[in-house]
Amino acid sequence: MSVLLEVQDLFKTFGTGEAATRVLRGLSLTLDVGEMAALLGPSGSGKSTLLTILGTLMKPTSGSHNMLGHDLIAAEDRELTEFRNRHIGFVFQFHNLLPDFTALENVIFPTAVREGRETASARARGRDLLVRMGLGDRVEFPSTKLSGGQKQRVAVARALMNSPELVLADEPTGNLDRVSAMQVMDLIAQINRDEGTTFLISTHDEKIASLCRRQIVVGDGLVTG
Amino acid sequence: MLYALKIATRYVTANKVQTALLVSGVAVGVFIFIFMSALIGGLAEFILSRTVGDISHITIEAEETDPAVLISPSGHVLSVVERGRTRTATLAEAATWLPLIEAVGGVKAVSPQINGSGFLARGAQIAQVSVTGVEPGRESAILNLDGYMIEGSARLGSDLIILGSKLADELSLKLGQTLRLESSKGVTAVLTLGGIYHTGNGGMDGGRVFVSLTSARTLFGVPQGVTRIEIKLFDLNAADATALRIRALTGLDAESWTADAAQLMEALNAQAQTGYFLKTFALITIVIGVASALLLSTYRRRPEIGIMRAMGAGRGFVIFVFVTQGALIGLMGGVSGAALGYLALLPFPSRDAFKVGTLPMDITQGSYGLAITLTVIGAILASILPARAAARVDPVTAIGQ
Repeated sequence: MSVLLEVQDLFKTFGTGEAATRVLRGLSLTLDVGEMAALLGPSGSGKSTLLTILGTLMKPTSGSHNMLGHDLIAAEDRELTEFRNRHIGFVFQFHNLLPDFTALENVIFPTAVREGRETASARARGRDLLVRMGLGDRVEFPSTKLSGGQKQRVAVARALMNSPELVLADEPTGNLDRVSAMQVMDLIAQINRDEGTTFLISTHDEKIASLCRRQIVVGDGLVTG
Repeated sequence: MLYALKIATRYVTANKVQTALLVSGVAVGVFIFIFMSALIGGLAEFILSRTVGDISHITIEAEETDPAVLISPSGHVLSVVERGRTRTATLAEAATWLPLIEAVGGVKAVSPQINGSGFLARGAQIAQVSVTGVEPGRESAILNLDGYMIEGSARLGSDLIILGSKLADELSLKLGQTLRLESSKGVTAVLTLGGIYHTGNGGMDGGRVFVSLTSARTLFGVPQGVTRIEIKLFDLNAADATALRIRALTGLDAESWTADAAQLMEALNAQAQTGYFLKTFALITIVIGVASALLLSTYRRRPEIGIMRAMGAGRGFVIFVFVTQGALIGLMGGVSGAALGYLALLPFPSRDAFKVGTLPMDITQGSYGLAITLTVIGAILASILPARAAARVDPVTAIGQ
């Protein structure tokens, strides 16, 4: 399998002086194309910080970060924004949908913002993704009127909209009941299988982690297993 | 950027009550702007119509030649002849110029005149008067004599005289009575009172008389030409430019009414400045209102902005969304305020029918387009700061909220 991304000796420190908190302490990690990996570790171990750095939303204090041949440490904000839009999808614990938009409008946002308008092809793909998520009857629903599980499935569809190589999911089932959580994980597994999209899922849930083919354990700012 | 426009529109329509309040605030500011424009403009129009509406907007007078001075061979002045108080120079070729002047754009009426002074006598009663000889048919070209007539007619025949109500009272005159008018040249004419006017201006009603041009030629010894040409324009504000055009066209000494109305112009300018201040304050209110509302909006939407940034929306996109939101609010407030202003001004009489005791509002001077344009520009400027603040939102912190 080819390497999708690689981080080496990542350090991340928040604050300065006596208030400085070192969250990552030389973390190194490689993810291959098509992997479905769980990111495990206790609270404060650096999981969320790592996901944020991998998602190009934050830069490490030091270390290297390469993905698809791009040096993401050296890239400017504008380049990172474009890279993120094309190659990385996000699923957050609290779905974070845009409240004034419908399910479909939320899903096609990443494509619309790139193309500057909502194209017919984007709407068709968005609709198709929602059908695959089992939300064919909720396409034009205001996002605020969806249930928690439905919102999270919309968020997954949105993360997949631009066919990214990597989807980063931060506790995607943390706010769902067991049935909804399993529905979401089944969808993620299916997409990983069918489209070869790489998933890195941060979770505390051993059962969710067991559904992933690889488990990466982070502790004290380092990969420990 | 169509998509940014869509998002901005959605934000504007998402919270209808908040948007309605904000748009109402802007509309009130625009309403004040329009109301002030109509009031200041109408007031200026009213003052001008009352002060210079009945005077010549451009006047052409023959240039007096300097009196001759005798100088001895040794350079001493032998005698000095003082210029007489009465103008004696004439525009001998006035008839040639009249069609040319009448053809100049913006000229409403032209009145060739012979002016002078004299004494009006009825029996033992005598009054000093200013005499204006005008062409029959052009009596109301400059001063609206027709409109001011309270008795008789403004039509001047060769042996008729028209005078003001005050003078008529002083001399106890009635229509059809015969009067003697002796000019400053010592020529006397016997004339019949054909009409009495009342302008409300004491000086005019008590001291100015009108006779026919033919009578004036006899009285002042002007066998041909005239002493003065008065011109009225459709737009008295165009007097300076039109006077220059006439001067260039004819070579005559055409002078705008503004040359002798510096104080009036200063007063009008001061009034206009007051209007500008008030309108500027209205605009500042709009800008502050829009800026504070958008700052609140961007603060409330920080998590959404964070999500947008995480999904690949650039800083420029975020700025565009919020600036467009500001522009939309400005446009809606501007149009509503302008419509409200127009409706509020409708009951006021038109500029041609201003009455004493009422506000001289001029609905045509509401500056509606300007108000809307300035409001939109103001709203855009007001939204730049909140938009920049929104673009600087850290996605990680915002999503965490």
